[in-house]
Amino acid sequence: MTDAFAIQTEKLTKIYGSGNTEVVAMRDASITVRRGEVVALLGPSGAGKSTFLTSVGLITPLTSGRVAIGGKLILDGPYPRANLQAFRRKHIGYVFQKSNLIPFLTACENVQIALQLSGHGPRAARRRALSLLDYLGVAERERNLPSMLSGGQQQRVAVARALANQPSVLLADEPTAALDSHRGRQVMELFAKVAHEHGTGVIVVTHDHRALDVFDTIYEMEDGIIRRAPPSP
Amino acid sequence: MNLAAKDIRHNLGRFSLTAVGIGLLLMIVMGMGGIYRGLIEDATLLTDRIGADLWVVQRDTRGPFAEVSRVPANLLHRVAAVPGVAGAREFVYHTVQREHGGEPLRIAVLGLSWPADKGQWVPLLAGRPLAQNHFEMIADKTLGLRLGERVRLGKETYTVVGISTNMLSSSGDGIGLVTVADAQAIQFDVPGEAVRLEREARAARGQRSELGARQPALIEQAFQPAASISAIARPQISAVMVRVAPGARVEEVAATISAWGDVSVHTRQEQNALLLKGPVEKSRKQLGLFRFLLTVIATVIMALILYTLTLDKLHAIALLKLIGAPNRVILGMILQQALALGVLGYGIAYLLGQKVFPNFPRRVILTNDDLAQLALIVLGISILSSLLGIWRAMRVQPNEALS
Ligand SMILES: Nc1ncnc2c1ncn2[C@@H]1O[C@H](COP(=O)(O)OP(=O)(O)O)[C@@H](O)[C@H]1O
Ligand SMILES: [Mg+2]
Repeated sequence: MTDAFAIQTEKLTKIYGSGNTEVVAMRDASITVRRGEVVALLGPSGAGKSTFLTSVGLITPLTSGRVAIGGKLILDGPYPRANLQAFRRKHIGYVFQKSNLIPFLTACENVQIALQLSGHGPRAARRRALSLLDYLGVAERERNLPSMLSGGQQQRVAVARALANQPSVLLADEPTAALDSHRGRQVMELFAKVAHEHGTGVIVVTHDHRALDVFDTIYEMEDGIIRRAPPSP
Repeated sequence: MNLAAKDIRHNLGRFSLTAVGIGLLLMIVMGMGGIYRGLIEDATLLTDRIGADLWVVQRDTRGPFAEVSRVPANLLHRVAAVPGVAGAREFVYHTVQREHGGEPLRIAVLGLSWPADKGQWVPLLAGRPLAQNHFEMIADKTLGLRLGERVRLGKETYTVVGISTNMLSSSGDGIGLVTVADAQAIQFDVPGEAVRLEREARAARGQRSELGARQPALIEQAFQPAASISAIARPQISAVMVRVAPGARVEEVAATISAWGDVSVHTRQEQNALLLKGPVEKSRKQLGLFRFLLTVIATVIMALILYTLTLDKLHAIALLKLIGAPNRVILGMILQQALALGVLGYGIAYLLGQKVFPNFPRRVILTNDDLAQLALIVLGISILSSLLGIWRAMRVQPNEALS
């Protein structure tokens, strides 16, 4: 496993339940994502995309397989090889379908908390949070609670939070589902920009075929099996 | 960033309402403790105020408070003659419940040994001590009487000349101080018809007796007031109070008087112990039990409140875990909110109590020790009751943020 890769997965398998309620959500999923590469993951509902993404994100425990991030083996089957909480905090940014902001914190505080949790002082954290919000074009809403923001604005704040600690990996699960196509495309372009500017490895699960030109690589997933999509005409 | 404070700010209305609720609950716990203290304080207040070194009571009784004691009025003079006795006073004490201005009026009537004792030792809010042998009264402020107000007790009308404070019987009734003569008049008040019938009966007894037949003049005498018949004893008093002379030993004086066959002697400490073990014992236990139960209930309610507050935050907690918040951050948030609720509730209880407790029918005494003890208990409750919420929060998985 080399550190030229942001993400390497090797035969990831996830089985939910056991006996006759057993569901194989993901089987032998192996992909690699280079630093600065933007990857799209397509597939019908129930294909196992979220399972894959959360496994890579160290949230869902694996049944078997290995995950390396930044060239470092982190998950070996069900066994963590690092403090997952600390590792997530430092190296992985998440954006999900629903914005998933903390409801009692303002836009700025939602970004700030991620920074403070990884050891930034409050002043430095606030400064960086504001500049991130500015980068994402929502600086003027910094004092608003999530409930006062539009879906698009919430999603940008969530992206700002995901980027806060300059993660080496950014994982997004249907981040544009709640947005119109114009705003959806803006968010996708933003991911590409982040990847190219900071060398972040990005995986985006999406249904939106109109923005696929933004991605470097496209994978498809069906019935738990991941395969590289044929190049589009 | 203080997550606990941010969450409280976001749910300010709900949090304040909860704090007020807990405050009210703690106020009752606090009040119950205060009533408990007040009960003990009131029970011994009178004996402490009166300041007698020794109480001479009817033989083998635990009087005059815990049970009825009757001693002859002339015991006063016998006691006064004992070496080492600096002063002896009659003690006449009984509770009456009469009607005054259409309302029931409960007075613990206490007799003062006029003229030696005019009630100068009584703490007065207004007015003056007694100035004459009859028909004046010093009333405790809890009786609700005004200066100059006239109260009919028995055949006489008494004028309130002084208002005292904290002069209460062991059961919390306000004390009315009159002279011993008046106290006895109130105690032994008999309707005119009963007096007439008693004189008739006396005469009839005389006529049936041999003595009456031999000396008819005696029968004439039977129709006269009891007080002018030397063969009839003066009304009895409850006890004699003794002040021991400086330099004399209380135990020695007590031993001397105890040697008499007709009386028992209690020191002031014994008297207080008798009161606490006797009349107020059951109320004291009852209040103690209530106080304990209320504390337990407050714990349960606070635990439930904190648990539901945590349940409402489970999604946010999962999110925090997702972005890598260590458990101690989440534990700190819940614990800080619990402590904030406890501290705020305690503050509200205290401030509200200052306004409410003075209007309680019985005295509520908040001692610093009791307040500190309750503060510690509230601290304990806060921590204990947050455990349930913390336990739940620790079990939250980060991927719950995604569902
Ligand atoms: N926690 C779970 N317990 C049991 N089955 C699950 C769980 N999560 C997902 N599944 C199942 O795994 C399969 C893949 O789900 P998911 O990864 O959510 O698919 P997608 O994101 O592509 O829609 C589905 O059949 C789903 O029902
Ligand atoms: Mg999904």
